[in-house]
Amino acid sequence: MEPSADIKRLPAPARWSIPGIGLLKGMVVTAQNMIQSYYRKERMTTVQYPEERAPISPNFRNFPFLCYDGEDPKAGLRCTACTICETECPPQCIYIVLERDANGKSLKRPKVFDIDVSVCMNCGICAEVCPFDSIYMDGEYELSKQDRFNGLLFHLDRLAKSADYHMKLRPKEAGEVAARRKVEVDKKRAVQAAKDAKAQTDKDMAKPEPTTKGEPA
Amino acid sequence: MSLLDMSSGGPSLWAPEWLPRLPQRLVEMLLQYFGAPEWLVTTAGWITAAATVVGVFLGGFALLSLVERKTLARVQNRLGPNRAGWFGILQPVADGIKMLTKEDIVPAKAEWLLHLAAPILIVMPSILALGVIPYGREWTPVPLELGLLFFFSVGAFTELAVFMAGWASGSKFPMLGAMRAISQMVSYELPLIITTVGVVMITGSLALSDIVEHQVGFHLGFIPKWNIFTPWGFSAGIVFYIASIAEANRCPFDLPEGESEIVAGHMTEYSGFKYALFFMGEYLGLFAISGLGITLFLGGWQAPLPGLGFVPSWIWFFAKLVVVIMSYLWIRATFPRVRIDQLMRFAWLCMLPMALLTIPAAGIWVFTANPDGSHGILGWLTTVPLLLIPWIIITIIFNRRISPATRSYTFADS
Repeated sequence: MEPSADIKRLPAPARWSIPGIGLLKGMVVTAQNMIQSYYRKERMTTVQYPEERAPISPNFRNFPFLCYDGEDPKAGLRCTACTICETECPPQCIYIVLERDANGKSLKRPKVFDIDVSVCMNCGICAEVCPFDSIYMDGEYELSKQDRFNGLLFHLDRLAKSADYHMKLRPKEAGEVAARRKVEVDKKRAVQAAKDAKAQTDKDMAKPEPTTKGEPA
Repeated sequence: MSLLDMSSGGPSLWAPEWLPRLPQRLVEMLLQYFGAPEWLVTTAGWITAAATVVGVFLGGFALLSLVERKTLARVQNRLGPNRAGWFGILQPVADGIKMLTKEDIVPAKAEWLLHLAAPILIVMPSILALGVIPYGREWTPVPLELGLLFFFSVGAFTELAVFMAGWASGSKFPMLGAMRAISQMVSYELPLIITTVGVVMITGSLALSDIVEHQVGFHLGFIPKWNIFTPWGFSAGIVFYIASIAEANRCPFDLPEGESEIVAGHMTEYSGFKYALFFMGEYLGLFAISGLGITLFLGGWQAPLPGLGFVPSWIWFFAKLVVVIMSYLWIRATFPRVRIDQLMRFAWLCMLPMALLTIPAAGIWVFTANPDGSHGILGWLTTVPLLLIPWIIITIIFNRRISPATRSYTFADS
């Protein structure tokens, strides 16, 4: 077989141009790229990460955090230590201990709330099942630690983040939650006010009795 | 002629012209002051001169490795290295520390002696070749009579070292890379050397300093009498330039390395300092070949315009070197890697005929010269068609696209 028989000849280019003109065109393109990169901001699309960060989407959901109202993370914590999230958590990474007073009565707040982030799989079930609008998925992504056991076991003080933070992270969802909670709180406050007023009137009515009773003593 | 007299005569008294040779003079004077014997003074002087050249080009290598990355980054609309030091100026230092502290791995199947020798032998010829180039009017480290011949005879050693590395690694990718390197370097060394024949014919000397001094002066008062501005020199210069890219294994002729195909070619099995030596050899070779190109075609250390002679000549040389190196970077940033069959076809079909044609063109150029050395219309009328017509024919032939042969594998297809 002839060696040239193997070579499949493609049709010649449609028109003859100066050889090398295509190469020069390519070089002009790269030169433009280089020169314009010095004065055209839109060319440099790379975000210089440690100094500047790209904004994260509200749809970005990472490890959970606990939401609190007001200024004090201890007092304003929405969590009531109901342990629904602890029960539902598929990899069992949540650990809750209910706080009780000296008489063993529930104070409806967690004494211990730990999430082992190294075990957490970011499923978001805890945030879905929480009936108290307390636990939400976070938007944090710089979580590397020197100590992989204690460093990645997040305690209450690390997990508690304010409602303002939530509002900043996911404005739409947090706004809905805040509006709903405001209605509930108002209702509760009205009920409480009515109860208080009733108690006050009861107290007022009952007041004379002890005084009369105490007089002989 | 006055310039020529000045360079062959006594040293120019102006200090910056002498600056690169200052370390050598200082060492010699110091040793003479302490009454050292003559042979010691000379030897120490030579060693200092060599160390100056090596130091300058190692610094250039460090700088180039940074500038190359920065330039390529800018072409791709990135910033490039900007973490180590101010604008990444310490990046070469960081790279060096990283390379030095890396583990040196020798594969179990490697021929350890050849494996060790290859990176050393790849740096050596580049440094030797750098020694004969005239960098300035007063600064030729080793003024050899047969400088050009010496340059190519040591330069040919690089191929041996590359093949040594590929063979001694005892692995497939290095072997493939080395085979590619040999076929490429042998193919392109031919046009590279043939184009210099024209220069030697015109000059009548193999000494590189003579070649530079032959290009002294200006046509019409402003066009330098460099070889690139003659018909044969223009053709030879372009062929030399393309062949030198291929000789330096630079993109688009970086098939021996071929990162996307064969890992790193002949350097695949190397790590740490040996790998750094390969890089150093490659960049020093780049400096050497562009330095030779400047000497042969771009007038060496001479100023590009009359009236600029007050700038020290070695500054002109390095300015030209920067321009040539930046053009290499530009080409690297633009073109994709060629295929091996395209590479070979280009070398033997396009480069070799054009290189061969520069020899008769240079011959005609010599014989049509006027008695005073100037060139009339006759030289242009004969040499330009001699080079232009074959070039057009070659490009028409080359424009016919050829795809690689379709292969059929008897056992695989069934």
